[in-house]
Amino acid sequence: MNKTRASGRTVGGLRTLTLQAPAVTLLLLWMIVPLGMTIWFSFQRYNLLMPDMTGFAGLENYEYLLTDPALWSAMGTTLLLVGWVLAITVVGGTLLAVLFQQEFAGRGIARVLAISPFFVMPTVSALVWKNMMMHPSNGVLAWLAESLGLPALDWFSSLPLTSIIIIVSWQWLPFALLILLTAMQSLDEDQVEAARMDGAGPIAIFFFITLPHLKRAISVVIMIEMIFLLTIFAEIFVTTSGGPGLATTNLAYLIYIRALLDFDVGIASAGGVIAIILANVVAIFLVRMVAKNLED
Amino acid sequence: MTTQRTSSAPPAVRSLPVKQLLLTLVGWSIALIIFFPILWMVLTGFKTEAAAIADPSFIFSPTLESYQAVQARSGYARFAMNSVVVAFGSTFLALLIAIPSAYAMAFLPTKRTKGTLLWMLSTKMLPPVGVLVPIYLIFRDVGLLDTRTGLIIIYTLMNLPIVVWMLYTFFKDMPKDILEAGRMDGASTFQEVFFLLLPLTLPGIASTGLLSVILSWNEAFWSLNLTSSKAAPLTAYIASFSSPEGLFWAKLSAASTMAIAPILILGWMTQKQMVRGLTFGAVK
Repeated sequence: MNKTRASGRTVGGLRTLTLQAPAVTLLLLWMIVPLGMTIWFSFQRYNLLMPDMTGFAGLENYEYLLTDPALWSAMGTTLLLVGWVLAITVVGGTLLAVLFQQEFAGRGIARVLAISPFFVMPTVSALVWKNMMMHPSNGVLAWLAESLGLPALDWFSSLPLTSIIIIVSWQWLPFALLILLTAMQSLDEDQVEAARMDGAGPIAIFFFITLPHLKRAISVVIMIEMIFLLTIFAEIFVTTSGGPGLATTNLAYLIYIRALLDFDVGIASAGGVIAIILANVVAIFLVRMVAKNLED
Repeated sequence: MTTQRTSSAPPAVRSLPVKQLLLTLVGWSIALIIFFPILWMVLTGFKTEAAAIADPSFIFSPTLESYQAVQARSGYARFAMNSVVVAFGSTFLALLIAIPSAYAMAFLPTKRTKGTLLWMLSTKMLPPVGVLVPIYLIFRDVGLLDTRTGLIIIYTLMNLPIVVWMLYTFFKDMPKDILEAGRMDGASTFQEVFFLLLPLTLPGIASTGLLSVILSWNEAFWSLNLTSSKAAPLTAYIASFSSPEGLFWAKLSAASTMAIAPILILGWMTQKQMVRGLTFGAVK
């Protein structure tokens, strides 16, 4: 019996390899080919509009980018966008998870409504917010402000980045809520009950029991959101196109401008390499954490 | 009757309905505030253009005008078709490639399995903008720009790690004895997978597939950059409303409602598995 098991395992090893080959090969190609090309182009003079100007550029593209104020502005915008959306969605998501964990009439439907924005395609949510919510004269927010006797705000020209942050937070708050709510369900009710018996108030229970319990889920939310938020694109594309000026141009949008509007492959690729480095600093932490969870 | 009940109840119980009422009120208010833009969009789709830009109102006589207009613009059906083909095509391909891989990882694990899983996950960390330029150039050179095939390839690769991971989680939960019994009876790997594993894990495979459809359906970065007219899916079509000439709110709303309705419903149905898929099982 033991013998067949053991030999079965070696055969299994070979079979595993064959069965995994398609997925592994494809992902390997998907990773290496474009990545290799990006790195290669980033050291080349390559502008689709100037086909004669070719050749090794050395660090020229990087030098150009790193001395271009647009890059630093884009990095700042990227970090502000990621930072604010993370803060809003994590704090908001945690509070909402606690709220939607309580029993109340129609809780199931209320939950479903609250997580809905996450399933709305980014171009739709951006346009709905831009036109129907934040429109300076006919939007719901303008109407609300005027009904309260306040001046209506032209969101995208006076608070461009804030507007983007609001739209993106609206999309990702439900994600945080969804994950944290799922995590809440494994909270030990007996422990909460015991704490309550010992005279702990709701705030103490939240800080000493709920929050520690949610720690892992919160870190998962932060890591996953970071990956997606670092490359927010559609929301900017359909609302502000990066403007006014560079006010809402993040790294993703800057690379898009350089690549598909200026046709400068070399500089866009150098920007891509910078984006990859930035994302990988984040990724290292995520992979470590997931690896740790796998051990459990 | 209510007064009778409250008057006879002890104080502790009596405070409960008040707390309940308050919770219900707060919970529903917040849910409705969050849901409001979607609700508003759906309502606007049933208004006339004039009513759509008038002062916000819940009272109006609903019309299907905008739906008919969007429908009549021959484009809409084509964009919707592109979305369907691309989302389901890439999902089908991803499942086809992922199932053998996940099967091997779950039932024939080797020392390298965990490393492979993590490595697959790490390909998700590659930001699309970082590889936009080469993909664009490759697609241009081989004629995949603005084709459904091109998008299907991208989405398949984009979702493959998540699909493998989710299937792996579902397969691992399955009792090994059943497969072992099948193997004893002389089933080949192919038979084992098709006649035992797939039927038994159908719910898991279905939710994995739905997650993949949702992610592909809503993807915007690649669709905006790699398609223009022929193969553009709904995400790109809706984005075309951002041009000044497209500012017809009722039509935008009708088109948007049609674009998100199927995915919203799928999302509601698969929210639990979605958590699992998106967090790679790290949160239970």
